[in-house]
Amino acid sequence: MKVLVPVKRVIDYNVKVRVKADGSDVDLANVKMSMNPFDEIAVEEAIRLKEAGKAEEIVVVSVGVKQAQETLRTALAMGADRAILVVAAKDVHTDIEPLAVAKILKSIIDEEKPGIVLAGKQAIDNDMNATGQMLSALLGWSQATFASKVEIDGNHAVVTREVDGGLQAIKVKMPAVVTVDLRLNEPRYASLPNIMKAKKKHLDEKTPEDYGVDVSPRLEVVSIAEPKARKGGEMVDSVDMLVSKLKEAGAI
Amino acid sequence: MAVLLLAEVNNGELAFDATAKAVTAAKALGDVTVLCAGASAAAAGEAAARINDVAKVLVAEDASLGHRLAEPTAALITSLAGDFSHICAPATTDAKNIMPRVAALLDVMVISDVSGVVDADTFERPIYAGNAVQTVRSKDVTKVVTFRTSTFDAAGDGGSASIETIGAAHNPELSEWVEDKVAESDRPELTSAGVVVSGGRGVGSKDDFALIERLADKLGAAVGASRAAVDSGFAPNDWQVGQTGKVVAPDLYVAVGISGAIQHLAGMKDSKIIVAINKDEEAPIFQVADFGLAADLFSAVPELIEKL
Repeated sequence: MKVLVPVKRVIDYNVKVRVKADGSDVDLANVKMSMNPFDEIAVEEAIRLKEAGKAEEIVVVSVGVKQAQETLRTALAMGADRAILVVAAKDVHTDIEPLAVAKILKSIIDEEKPGIVLAGKQAIDNDMNATGQMLSALLGWSQATFASKVEIDGNHAVVTREVDGGLQAIKVKMPAVVTVDLRLNEPRYASLPNIMKAKKKHLDEKTPEDYGVDVSPRLEVVSIAEPKARKGGEMVDSVDMLVSKLKEAGAI
Repeated sequence: MAVLLLAEVNNGELAFDATAKAVTAAKALGDVTVLCAGASAAAAGEAAARINDVAKVLVAEDASLGHRLAEPTAALITSLAGDFSHICAPATTDAKNIMPRVAALLDVMVISDVSGVVDADTFERPIYAGNAVQTVRSKDVTKVVTFRTSTFDAAGDGGSASIETIGAAHNPELSEWVEDKVAESDRPELTSAGVVVSGGRGVGSKDDFALIERLADKLGAAVGASRAAVDSGFAPNDWQVGQTGKVVAPDLYVAVGISGAIQHLAGMKDSKIIVAINKDEEAPIFQVADFGLAADLFSAVPELIEKL
């Protein structure tokens, strides 16, 4: 079985996000970019499937700016076999919407015919939480989101999902789109020899036109603003003072 | 303008709070028709009909809709979509599973986690873990939207909308339900609780998390946790508050042993009153707390339990 994993290049998890003064976007110039953390978990799960003898090949795909090839190289260094970069944006501030990404992925999947797609449940930049579900719809495949456990058994997979009240297990027909949540696994770091080896792995470069997909946005970004600031209050010296302050505020 | 709103129905029961908050958000967009779908949904439909400002309720009962599987529920919504300008839902995990699928089937973008409605086409939503607020204008014919319930007040309970029973759509039979592992708890539900007590990495262990639970029970509160506490195995994931967990806005939020990473603040900073207890007086949580106590939680929390 082939596994396909879409990965996104996003602002690093630890970077403090700042809104540009003109309200057009957040400032992404000269900030550290990394692989979306949920996508790392998806790559890790694919590698584990391969190590367990349940997958033969792992193809990673990124849709975005040219620099996303660094993100793909990271995935190759972790253990993916081959990469496809779809250069769909000239500028790091152009975010390709989940619907357009899903359409491009569908075209790639029609060619590659993977048995499963493992995707991060959401990207930590636009927080849209949509690409996997949209891809599943376009393919007419089964869908299992927010996975904390994936067990593949022939033509089916049993997926444990993180839901509001706890956990839900569902059995999905293969091929399936599975989006992964935090507790599925802990991604490995790429070793230096593997980082060197990854430079020689195959990375194909494509454009949306190759797949006949129009990536123009459906949502026009009117503005980006700072959230309402919350001003800090006061420090209290003791539990007694805390209790009396809470009583004063009518909180207890 | 007409709005179809997918109600949150769990095991035949309406999640009133989440649904009523979404009604408040949706009524600015047009007449609201609430869809209650499930293996049994009639009782949920009756409850939804009592939410103020609901124009009509649709009840779809079918075994295939029993566990909110994405494929049959999305097929049902898509079959109804022609009559509506907007298709909405509260941003629960169920709706986040279903609505993007609906949007793709309709060839439109989903607009997730909306925190403000500007007009029928224009919406505000948090991005980058709530570090920025994006205003987007949709060019799509049908708008598919999920609402972040913590930013809307629940509509009242005094309406009497008409109820119509409808059939399910064709079930593509791509997935089946196996089991739910739902933690039984007498505590209030996290996203609608008036008081939330959360623990972080500073709590130190799963055993010591019992201290957080004791404080929560003393306050009649729901229990939350930071991602760090969940990652460390101190607390289950459905307690997680933050960018990748739940967003809460209770009257009182007590953060214990939580440093205040931006991803956590994203999930609780709209709370009315925030209390932080942390031994590190430089912890960023104190910058958003109304009342901060720099103290060892293992002495401060038992004392607080005693004095409340």
